[in-house]
Amino acid sequence: MVIFDRDRVRRRGSGRYQVKLRPSERALMADLVVQLREQLLASTDDPSVKRLFPPAYANDAERDAGYQVLTRDELLEGRLAALDVVERTLKGGELDDDGMTAWMGTLNSLRLVLGTKLDVDEELPALDSDDPLAPAYAVYEYLGWLLSQVVDALSSDLPPPTTEARGG
Amino acid sequence: MVTAGPAAPLTAPVETDEPVGDTHDDPDRPWVVIVWNDPINLMVYVTFVLQKLFGYPREVAEKLMLQVHYEGRAVVSNGPREKAELDVFRLHEHGLWATMQQD
Repeated sequence: MVIFDRDRVRRRGSGRYQVKLRPSERALMADLVVQLREQLLASTDDPSVKRLFPPAYANDAERDAGYQVLTRDELLEGRLAALDVVERTLKGGELDDDGMTAWMGTLNSLRLVLGTKLDVDEELPALDSDDPLAPAYAVYEYLGWLLSQVVDALSSDLPPPTTEARGG
Repeated sequence: MVTAGPAAPLTAPVETDEPVGDTHDDPDRPWVVIVWNDPINLMVYVTFVLQKLFGYPREVAEKLMLQVHYEGRAVVSNGPREKAELDVFRLHEHGLWATMQQD
């Protein structure tokens, strides 16, 4: 059982971060990283991970096929590299911007995969603790809790805005 | 099936000059990049990604995020096809549901 008592992500200075997890959370994250890596290496077309590779051209199958050919490997490599970073830094230590960004990407990928599998709605159901889906929902909420801390930390280091308003 | 009530006027089809069934590119028409709502991505995360990728001030990114959330979609960038495709790719790298189409 995870107790949401204290922040796990610290910003220690400009571009310097630390993620400090409890041993049980570390074990959970390590397990999730291994699972996601296995799924990604098995097939990026599998429904379990398809959400990580969306179409670019919604109404043009031919062009979209071209986009997929062009980008699939790079998207996959990026996700695998981020998983490696998280695995290597699970035990703590200082992270730079790239390291923290790898955590952000991995946490979000895990949420996307798990959320798709659970077919979540924006309002999560109130489940009894003995509901068979309760553990999965607890993990999903934990990932969101951690991710929002990472986003918070990284937001402090965003460069000044470059665009006044969106065009179009 | 939706049926019109007795008070609903029947509208006759109106002829327009718009081309029908022609999806060929017009190189002068810019492409727009659309982010679609999904129930998984966190609102703070979507806002952060829009700031990071497009350099939007926080208020602009937040407004776009809320548009995605409440209206189901928002145009987040536009430009020639190559630029739009790169933007879509960067959004996909960050797990957002993004597509592109000609304006």
